[in-house]
Amino acid sequence: MDPVLDNLDLYWSGFLRSLGICLWGLVGSLALGTLIAAFRVSPIPSLRWFGTAWVTVIRNCPLTVVLFFFAFGFPELGINRSYYVFGVSALIVYTSPFVCEALRSGINAVSAGQAEAARAIGLTFTQSLGQVVLPQAFRTSIPPLGSVLIAMFKNAAVVGAFGVGQDLFSVGKGLANAQGYDALPVLTGVAVFYLLITLPAGAILALLERKVAIVR
Amino acid sequence: MRMKRTMAALAGATLALSLAACGDDDGGDSPATVEENPEFESGTTMAELAEAGTVTIGTKFDQPGFGLLGLGDEPEGFDVEVAKIIAGALGIAEDDIDWEESPSELREQLIEDGTVDFVVATYTINDERKQRISFAGPYYNAGQMLMVQSDNDTITGPDDLKANPDQKVCSVTGSTPAENIKQYLANADQLVLFDVYDKCADAMEDNQVQVVTTDNVILAGFVSESDGEFKLVGEQFTEEPYGIGIKKGDVEFCEFINQTLQENEDAYLEAWDSTAGQIEGTERPELPEPDPCT
Repeated sequence: MDPVLDNLDLYWSGFLRSLGICLWGLVGSLALGTLIAAFRVSPIPSLRWFGTAWVTVIRNCPLTVVLFFFAFGFPELGINRSYYVFGVSALIVYTSPFVCEALRSGINAVSAGQAEAARAIGLTFTQSLGQVVLPQAFRTSIPPLGSVLIAMFKNAAVVGAFGVGQDLFSVGKGLANAQGYDALPVLTGVAVFYLLITLPAGAILALLERKVAIVR
Repeated sequence: MRMKRTMAALAGATLALSLAACGDDDGGDSPATVEENPEFESGTTMAELAEAGTVTIGTKFDQPGFGLLGLGDEPEGFDVEVAKIIAGALGIAEDDIDWEESPSELREQLIEDGTVDFVVATYTINDERKQRISFAGPYYNAGQMLMVQSDNDTITGPDDLKANPDQKVCSVTGSTPAENIKQYLANADQLVLFDVYDKCADAMEDNQVQVVTTDNVILAGFVSESDGEFKLVGEQFTEEPYGIGIKKGDVEFCEFINQTLQENEDAYLEAWDSTAGQIEGTERPELPEPDPCT
């Protein structure tokens, strides 16, 4: 009996579920991370303070603590959502400071003359950040952003342990336990399907880097 | 000076008393009897184990009432006591037993590669598992039930779940109850899975899930701890015969275990009373008829 080939349909649905978590996490953490990065370089002190506090607190919390807080803390406070929403939100919140810091390294790499020129032609802070600085910053920070995002794809496996279910992690557990398959081939199958997410992601990032890299 | 000496004596006595109390808790008064030099046909598993004088037994370390490793060195529970009865019949005292943690997904593997000599670990007998190992027993018949909050009138049994897809059901990832309940659900999203039942109970307290399902004995523990917040509903809707996992095809060992249990029914009942029987709402079982050994 071959646990992986016999259960390809289960693995496939688990793969799609995990991929969904990864994609929501990708979109959400890029958006939130960019916003926090904008806070950190903004001219308004309270926003800068908020951005710094966000990064300091969340970057120093273990992922499982953040997940626990969402999955068990919020319900305790009377906030009830599905575990899928909680899990994905926790993943986004956890990844956002890393995205923010990777992006900020890119912002720092944009020469000061660019921002000064933008101000000189009368762009506001938001306009100069959004139309001049950030587009260049994103292109510079693709390598560190890529590492952060691939780390997030792998962290998505932990989300499965917090009530989300039907993802690759849960499929593996189900096959090894209730159906009595050998754990090693089952988990190897899970690893292979995760590679199906992370390896193409790495390839796409490398391609993106070649296409948009700034030659200095 | 005299005063000091009296205090020291008192302190010493208190210490001795508390140590003695600890000794009692460690299951030193186990109901299992140890045979003196039992005779077995040479070449059988029993002869090998009796000769070696030690045995390695797999059990759960995280299942209250059945196999739970607390702060002591040895796990406690019904499974542990049943294992001691079998070891005793082999002439092995409980001090010579090595306990090996056997989480659900590793049980077959531990038996196959010989890490453990047998497994007593809330181990439901089923056909998939029989392809890799053999079962002695059953020694206990559990059954799956549903637990809900006391004010929940919507769910009265598993058949109500399909009509109420907003009533989320919680169980443990990869467990037999989680597989069994799937046929009663409206869709896959109705099932919430955690690694342990404690989290399911927490989630139900906070209205994240409305139903928790697993074997009745485990649920009874949660109901008795909940101060009337939780209740069991409906009837048992599955049969979960717990067996003792041994190497595939070891018919002689299987027959020996079955015979040992039949001969030690009193010890078996005593084992229940001192462990899982302590949980409010559980019923004292009768020793089930063993399945034929294959």
